[in-house]
Amino acid sequence: MQTVANIVVLAAIYALIGSGYVLIYRVSRVLNLAQGELMMLVAYLLFSLATLFGGHPASALAGAVLLSLLVGFVLYVVLMRRMTGELVIAAVLVTIALGILLRGLMVLVWTGQMQRPLEKLGWQNPPVALGQGVAMSSVALATIFFAIAIYVALFVFFRYTAWGVRMRAVGENPLLAAQRGIKLHVAYAMAWALATFTGGCAGMLLALDSGLDGTMAIVGLKAFPVVLVGGLDSLRGAVVGAIVVATAEVLAIQLIDPLVSDVVPFVVLIAMLAVRPWGLFGTEEEIQRV
Amino acid sequence: MAYASGYFKTDYAMELRLIETRWQKVSAALFFLALAVFPLAAPQFAIGIANQVFIAIVGAAALMLLTGYAGQISLGHAGLLAAGALTTGILFKELGATFWISLPASAAVGAALGLLFGLPSLRLKGLYLAITTLALHFVVAFIGGEYETRRGFSTGILVNPPALGGFALQEQQHWYFVLLAIAAAAMLFCINLLRSRTGRALMAIRDHDIVAESLGIPVRRYKLLIFVVSSTMTSVAGCLLAYYRGFVSIEAFSLYLTIDYVAMVIIGGLGSMLGVVLGALFVITFPYVIEGLLRILPIPAGIANEIFAINYAAFGLVMILFLVFEPLGLVGIWRRVRNYFLLWPYRQTAVGGGGG
Repeated sequence: MQTVANIVVLAAIYALIGSGYVLIYRVSRVLNLAQGELMMLVAYLLFSLATLFGGHPASALAGAVLLSLLVGFVLYVVLMRRMTGELVIAAVLVTIALGILLRGLMVLVWTGQMQRPLEKLGWQNPPVALGQGVAMSSVALATIFFAIAIYVALFVFFRYTAWGVRMRAVGENPLLAAQRGIKLHVAYAMAWALATFTGGCAGMLLALDSGLDGTMAIVGLKAFPVVLVGGLDSLRGAVVGAIVVATAEVLAIQLIDPLVSDVVPFVVLIAMLAVRPWGLFGTEEEIQRV
Repeated sequence: MAYASGYFKTDYAMELRLIETRWQKVSAALFFLALAVFPLAAPQFAIGIANQVFIAIVGAAALMLLTGYAGQISLGHAGLLAAGALTTGILFKELGATFWISLPASAAVGAALGLLFGLPSLRLKGLYLAITTLALHFVVAFIGGEYETRRGFSTGILVNPPALGGFALQEQQHWYFVLLAIAAAAMLFCINLLRSRTGRALMAIRDHDIVAESLGIPVRRYKLLIFVVSSTMTSVAGCLLAYYRGFVSIEAFSLYLTIDYVAMVIIGGLGSMLGVVLGALFVITFPYVIEGLLRILPIPAGIANEIFAINYAAFGLVMILFLVFEPLGLVGIWRRVRNYFLLWPYRQTAVGGGGG
């Protein structure tokens, strides 16, 4: 049972990070490989805010959430907007370069040392017993809760709100969407803001649970097979992909060797790309050559 | 022979010449003379940088063939370099193999891996191909790391300097000439490959795969071929890297090395062999330039200590600037400057929206 609990926690984290990849890809067909660095940035922002408002954890959290939306928005307006109309791969390379830039800046500002935002917020992280000998930390429990809440919110947003429908339309066919009067740049900017927010939530929760240092960006990269397994443009797929990859990873750690944990998601990814490149729930794109 | 108005090709032999006019002959001769004199005059550390540039040229030329000319995007370059370096390290450590065994062995491993990396390209294109090669990079890195831990070399493998006919390569100056020759050979190979039927087929595939297929170009075969050629060269570069550094550790072949090489190709200018040289020179010297600047500029000591972080940030920034403002890279800048002087006092204007 503990294994199942571990899988669920890991899947929740992967699903949260994965939703960031999916949001941006679905709306603008850009794969944001700086997602790991962005979630790290939001976690560091939380850390700084927690240091700033020592006594008010809620305001620090709210501030970090607002800043994450702002960071995503500004990134689009300042940087990614210039890449519209360029080759997709050029845009992807820009996100890689952005990741390097952010990583360097973060080390400069916050040093590479392990930071613990949880202590700064003045909170504890006691393990919670769930019966039958299963236990998980309170933050892990919160992670599962937030993953479900955010996915429900995203579902409602895309299904029932005007901007959600508009963003889907932009993802479907930007030209037609623009002709119907939808402001493309606003839709793209919203996708970036939302993606930074969901990724940032994952970053903050991870940092609260296990501390914050330079290795977090690797978690972000490991989450990216998740979205490919599920289908790059499907939020539903990201959940399924998260469960598949998390199961494979946890089982491989238990049955084979803890060292393989870094490579298992990528093996799953290669297997998926060989069989069904567009993923379980993705739309079949024109990705095949001759 | 002087030509009254321009340079005309009057027979097939002239068509095949690499260096055409007398002016080009003179400048090429001067260039090689400068390269030959350089190690005699330059300080030791400058020769070291030049050596790194030569190795990078071999690796970057391989990536340029693949990405710049055949249009196949690969993010697995560090994995292939690692394969070459590890093959060398393992052969040396386990069997005590010499340079003349390690080099072809690395090339063979590279060719085999090239086949493996190339297989997905038969089905996938663009972004998905890039992702597959990225995943393969992680697999290679994992296998290398496993080998190092299992065999107890987790700190890395030391490799003795290679002996070329009883002459051990240790001095930077000696390395310089060997690596210069190898880099020049690699460049010559690529340039000639690109002038051939194969090169034209590759460019046709890059520009439009369906048209290429309907023209009768066997697209799959050429894709696999270029993956194998490119990986072999990359693996050889990895082997040289192992010998040159005298040390192999999988840690050195992280995703950032891939990004370094992709940056060389992009900053240099996609689809140009001159871009390979410029890009390799730029990316390799970049950290040294930053370090030098930091020493000159008055910067608080606390920040100056984080030199690698500054490198990262500056590197990311430069790459973004190139991608956003100068997608043609250094070659694009060079061409614009050259055209400005060639056409002076007239101005070059874009024709048909093509851009300068």
